[in-house]
Amino acid sequence: MCTGIVENARVSGNGKGPNGWFPLDQASVSYDHPDHARAERAVIIDLLSETAGPEYRIAVELTPQSARDLVRAILASLSRGEGDGGGARNESVQ
Amino acid sequence: MHKYRTDMYEGMIAETVTVPGHNGTIINAYFARPLGSGPFPGVVLIHHAPGWDEWYRETTRKFAHHGYLAISPNIYYQFGHGAPEDIAAKARAAGGVPDDDVVGDMTESLGYLKSLPQSNGKAGVFGTCSGGRQAFLVACRTKGFDAVVDCWGGRVVMSQQELTPKYPVAPIDYTKDLSCPLLGLFGEEDQFPTPQQVAQHEQELKKYGKTYEFHMYPKAGHGFFYYDKSGYRQEQAVDGWNKVWAFFEKYLGTTDKR
Repeated sequence: MCTGIVENARVSGNGKGPNGWFPLDQASVSYDHPDHARAERAVIIDLLSETAGPEYRIAVELTPQSARDLVRAILASLSRGEGDGGGARNESVQ
Repeated sequence: MHKYRTDMYEGMIAETVTVPGHNGTIINAYFARPLGSGPFPGVVLIHHAPGWDEWYRETTRKFAHHGYLAISPNIYYQFGHGAPEDIAAKARAAGGVPDDDVVGDMTESLGYLKSLPQSNGKAGVFGTCSGGRQAFLVACRTKGFDAVVDCWGGRVVMSQQELTPKYPVAPIDYTKDLSCPLLGLFGEEDQFPTPQQVAQHEQELKKYGKTYEFHMYPKAGHGFFYYDKSGYRQEQAVDGWNKVWAFFEKYLGTTDKR
């Protein structure tokens, strides 16, 4: 919170924590001083379940370059899976 | 400094207590004090963004060890209970605690310390990271603290775009109201705050004739006191702690035996 930089998004999916899988409904993405990563600054991502309690959290602290690489990988997988039209291949993979 | 002798008695008690917070809400606090009737000065500790964690409970005991009635309230109480870093994550997602709430919490903890029969009537406020910013803010917006220590508090200087309903005024804009001497410890490799922002704050303190000491440490970034983090800098941390003890001893009148 030294930076105050946080972006939140509503998400739909599941995450796996120490007690198994649970539904996720919020992603919180901060740019701040990490608590664990060996870096002066990091992108801190918390995938949360607002209803299940604070311990239901998937947390990562990524170096800024790692975060960029992750974004590229996510976008690349979406592009390959859904193409520019988005969602066109969803049915065919069932 | 170094007044301790091997034939001296020392003891302390440290425990979780409940105190009023902002708007009278009862909140948890960690309270540590030397044994004995005192009189002792008090210190309120404002925990950092990683939460009301072990480092803050240790540091609360460290202050007691140095002769202070020390209290660290959990300012993240509005986010519920759980592991400190999980609660800190909720606070982070919510964009932190409103400044008004923190001012209210600290006012109540100050009142608690000064009500104790062991109090010498003086009290300081100490914070690191976001807590450093909040310590300065509280020392500007309240009366009653006798000294404040801001360790690498970011966002004392804020742009117009950073102001929100939770943070409606940049702390630097309260500088004229600073009610007690200020000690600031910073690392020159820190980007939140940058050395330029610290210099800007220093100009404002000079402008209003405030009593302050700022120390900018070379080869240190953010959080260089945190011995369990990669940003720990032993030499700078030892010197920084010595400056904290000397500063509080000067303004709070402690009888530090360390």
